Amino acid sequence: MINIQVTKVLEVQQETKTVKTLTFYHSEPVKPGQFYMVWIPGIDEIPMSVSIIHHDQKGITFRKVGIATEALFRMKPNDAIGIRGPFGSSLSLEGNHLFFVGGGTGIAMLAPAIEMAREQGKQVTVVLGAKTKSDLFFKNRIRNTGATLEIATDDGSQGFLGLASELAKQLLQQEDIDAIITCGPELMMKQLLDISKNIPFQASLERYLKCAIGLCGQCCIGEGLRVCKEGPIFNGKTLKNVKDFGKYRRDSAGRKIPL
Amino acid sequence: MLASGIMDEDAGSMKHMIDCGAGAIVTKSIGIEPREGYPNPTVIELEHGILNAMGLPNPGIKNFKQEMQELSGSKVPIIGSIFGKNSSEFTFLAKEMESFGADAVELNLSCPHAKSYGLEIGHDPKIVQEITTKVVAQVTIPVFVKLSPNVMDIVRIAKAAEAGGAHAVVAINTIKAMKIDIITGKPILSNAIGGYSGKAIKPIGIRCVYEIAQEVQIPIIGVGGITSGEDIIEYLMAGAAAVQIGSGIYYRDVTIFKQICDEMKAWMKVHQYQNISELIGAAIQ
Repeated sequence: MINIQVTKVLEVQQETKTVKTLTFYHSEPVKPGQFYMVWIPGIDEIPMSVSIIHHDQKGITFRKVGIATEALFRMKPNDAIGIRGPFGSSLSLEGNHLFFVGGGTGIAMLAPAIEMAREQGKQVTVVLGAKTKSDLFFKNRIRNTGATLEIATDDGSQGFLGLASELAKQLLQQEDIDAIITCGPELMMKQLLDISKNIPFQASLERYLKCAIGLCGQCCIGEGLRVCKEGPIFNGKTLKNVKDFGKYRRDSAGRKIPL
Repeated sequence: MLASGIMDEDAGSMKHMIDCGAGAIVTKSIGIEPREGYPNPTVIELEHGILNAMGLPNPGIKNFKQEMQELSGSKVPIIGSIFGKNSSEFTFLAKEMESFGADAVELNLSCPHAKSYGLEIGHDPKIVQEITTKVVAQVTIPVFVKLSPNVMDIVRIAKAAEAGGAHAVVAINTIKAMKIDIITGKPILSNAIGGYSGKAIKPIGIRCVYEIAQEVQIPIIGVGGITSGEDIIEYLMAGAAAVQIGSGIYYRDVTIFKQICDEMKAWMKVHQYQNISELIGAAIQ
């Protein structure tokens, strides 16, 4: 099967000074947590979790951090992008009270899962963490689902003063939670795993990806776990046995780089 | 055995492939210095095969020591794949691999898409013989030479490897290929040209093994497009003594090693073959 579809950008939404959402038509079914390989012709191809699932219309949300995301950031409606995928594992929404923790752009991939959980009538608490107030996005999108939104900023410009994981720790002590679902900086996710105790835990991992089809081994963690295939969503039980989690990643040459 | 370049950049992945039933592991091709390889897209799935131009990414021989050491005591042989610009780089890398505990080395003289490496030197029988001779003289472990189908006469290159003292040849590496997106009019791979693997290339691999088997005495390790037990039987009949699996993992996932061995055994039973040796070269008159 030829698994690359070149499609046109439909809409561009600016979320913050450095974050945008692009939407496009892609008819393949996709589940919250899965990702696409997004080809920016002539520039690069990068993994992007799905942030909007609306029938045949899908979306990705990203911060400009490098050459590829800067090129995506400049895209306008009708520009061509290539989509491979969707790939990887998806989030399980088991439990009655779900606790989502999104750090930085992590909230982008959690948003479709939050919407789905609320549509299923589940109680949802969301901790949204960012460096500062102006970096926060998707606040209204989350509030509109009826989920309880708690905000943490590193500088205290909105909500709790401190890290999302610190706020999460306090809330976990107060509330009865059935599942923790997180996406954000790996050290934050590691801290959450350490305090999750026996609560079912899921995290979305990010690694340098090349093939995305489980062949090249670039994204492997632990003993041959492929972030592109068995991941990007891993549960707490698995992550507790992955010695690289929260410790190091591997660069494009395969060298270990401390996180 | 596991082919080079697939799930073999770190010890954890290779251990997992051993647990999945690989009878031997060939490591990612390792060079002198760390190399990042090409930007993405580096791999894409096409209708009948997989196209890649990774650009020989690897952490460099020095960093790879740790991965090899973690594999020491493995229940299956670990074959260190290496690539270099010339015979002195190859001999240095082979000696390092031997000192790290490799059970054999595979000389990558056939990568189709990296400048001044692989095929660029592997298309010349004189250079292939010279590199093989020098490596064989410097190590005590077996030396395999991986061959490219992107040459006029693969048999000449196989004979050069044999004359250089290689203990086996590995055929085939990927086939030079390309994919252009017709909407943007751009090649999809960042390197434009890559190597084609997977189901589509099996008949080419079979032909290469068949041709080589008639002219060389050393064992041939067949690789290219194997996804089933019957594919292995075909390679054996063409003259291969062992086979490697790479892109097959895309088609049947990591359980492929166990599945194809079971399929091969079942086929042999039905067709009343007792031993693999009865199959090797059966198609050669």
